[in-house]
Amino acid sequence: MPGAIYAEGLVKTFGDVRALDGVDLDVPEGTVLGLLGPNGAGKTTTVRCLTTLLRPDSGKAVVAGLDVLKQPNEVRRSIGLSGQFAAVDEYLTGRENLEMVGRLYQMRPRAAKERAAELLEQFNLTEAADRPAKTYSGGMRRRLDLAAALVVSPPVMFMDEPTTGLDPRNRQQLWDVIKELVSGGTTLLLTTQYLEEADQLAHEIAVVDHGRVIARGTSDQLKARTGGERVEVVVHDRAFISTACEVLRGFGTSDATVEEHTRKLTVPVTGGAKLLAEIIRELDIRGIEIDDIGLRRPTLDDVFLSLTGRVAEATDEENGAESAAARDRRREKETVK
Amino acid sequence: MSAVTDSVRIEPSGNPVMQSLRDSLVVTKRNLIRMTRIPEMVIFGLIQPVMFVVLFSYVFGGSIQVGSTASSESYREFLMAGIFAQTVTFATAGAGAGIADDMHKGLIDRFRSLPMARGAVLTGRTLADLVQTTLTVVVLALVALIVGWRTHENIGKVLAGFLLLLLLGYAFSWIGALIGLSVRTPEAATSGGLIWLFPLTFISNAFVDANQMPTVLRHIAEWNPFSATVQACRELFGNIPPGFRTPEAWPMQHPILASVIWSLLIIAVFRTLAVRKYRSASA
Repeated sequence: MPGAIYAEGLVKTFGDVRALDGVDLDVPEGTVLGLLGPNGAGKTTTVRCLTTLLRPDSGKAVVAGLDVLKQPNEVRRSIGLSGQFAAVDEYLTGRENLEMVGRLYQMRPRAAKERAAELLEQFNLTEAADRPAKTYSGGMRRRLDLAAALVVSPPVMFMDEPTTGLDPRNRQQLWDVIKELVSGGTTLLLTTQYLEEADQLAHEIAVVDHGRVIARGTSDQLKARTGGERVEVVVHDRAFISTACEVLRGFGTSDATVEEHTRKLTVPVTGGAKLLAEIIRELDIRGIEIDDIGLRRPTLDDVFLSLTGRVAEATDEENGAESAAARDRRREKETVK
Repeated sequence: MSAVTDSVRIEPSGNPVMQSLRDSLVVTKRNLIRMTRIPEMVIFGLIQPVMFVVLFSYVFGGSIQVGSTASSESYREFLMAGIFAQTVTFATAGAGAGIADDMHKGLIDRFRSLPMARGAVLTGRTLADLVQTTLTVVVLALVALIVGWRTHENIGKVLAGFLLLLLLGYAFSWIGALIGLSVRTPEAATSGGLIWLFPLTFISNAFVDANQMPTVLRHIAEWNPFSATVQACRELFGNIPPGFRTPEAWPMQHPILASVIWSLLIIAVFRTLAVRKYRSASA
């Protein structure tokens, strides 16, 4: 039986660019799938197809047991959408926004009112409830946006880059909210550019690139493929490289790789910060001067590097299908060159 | 939670017309609330037509001949229907900019992901614009009365004239809705909603007697949808200047009927196109 979110061979082209090139997904009920990839990979287009905003050229999509192409309005009753492109009205107050969304989910006026009050309380927005959303901070706005997606407590939720642009504190706060939400059994598909975010929230991660899912698995499985944690050391002088290499070999799970010209040594490790402290002590005892040392957890770039052999182009660009297509076009040109 | 099926909480789904109306009114309310939060938009919308009334009646007043006299009083009365009509069609720019802004900010995506009637976002917008247009026309009529405009027909006819104006404005806001869905930015929607309005309103009988135009322009002016409403209002307000020769063209001979037909036709065509565009709209 297919999961709460199921897609098979989704294809979407814009002009001569294939934004989606056969996306397959299967998210079991009550689980969280993280769609991980750089801008322009097709994450947003995938979400837009699954939420009835965009009609795929071909392929099949089922959400909450409903055919997205044949029963779009029924699907809309069963989903909540939040994230970078589904906004709130900044001239309306938080309360007015939530009441409006409730009414448009076909709730009766009184029920919409009560639900709005409930959500404002739950998302800690009661104090700001009657101020226009324009006056909200970035974190408050995201919370309101998330609340709007939860008005009817839909069984299936989509979040498109829910924390992009938030500072670490607000990001952590929002993560907590999302974790609580999914512990209640909601099925969630979230897109993100941050491996850490997918790591925190998702049961399974699908890595997307060029409109295709290029890898899937749990966070640990993906990290295993990328080599997990590493320690990076930049020594002060090239003369130290060979000794440092020897030290690192003792701590790493395999040999250190060396970049001569930057004097950088990298070694895969398990053991985290504690191990880092030991390495620093040992280097010090051996009299090796270092310019920099750090524990690196695998990032999106690392996942990408190991999966595709190139660095993810996670730049700050506007999102959306058109710009994704434009980017792909540019990328194609670069390949031609 | 069972909110989705709970009959106490959820409106009965049955009648799609009722749902469409309900959704449209929810969106209308939202747009009206917005207008109260951005009063400067409403105020700027008022300044321009008031300026036109004052400029045209005092600057051009004595030098433009309509009918058999060139008095500034008769031109002022002749002019008002034209200014009213021009003002209501400026609703195009408002609707266009509003919809484009909603697209730009991602609100259209929010609406499109909700189980609401498909045309409701646009209907809600055009209805809110109709409220604003009504307000503008009331203020404008007061200013017109101050500078000496008078009607010479019974109140029923005068009100009928205003209804034709509002219908025309409503029709034009659907053109604006389509423009708003078709452009990338609110700024583009504003200029895209205004540029063609100027030739449309000037190659008409709004400000001058179309009889005095070169033949080609005169034909355009006589069949211009805009001219029909202007002519109809002049008749209903009793503002036809003495000695004015009504053109032979059918819309000028039957301006009230022509005005209604034009407006309904514009609504039918542009509402269909705009709703279709909305269904596939993407920011």
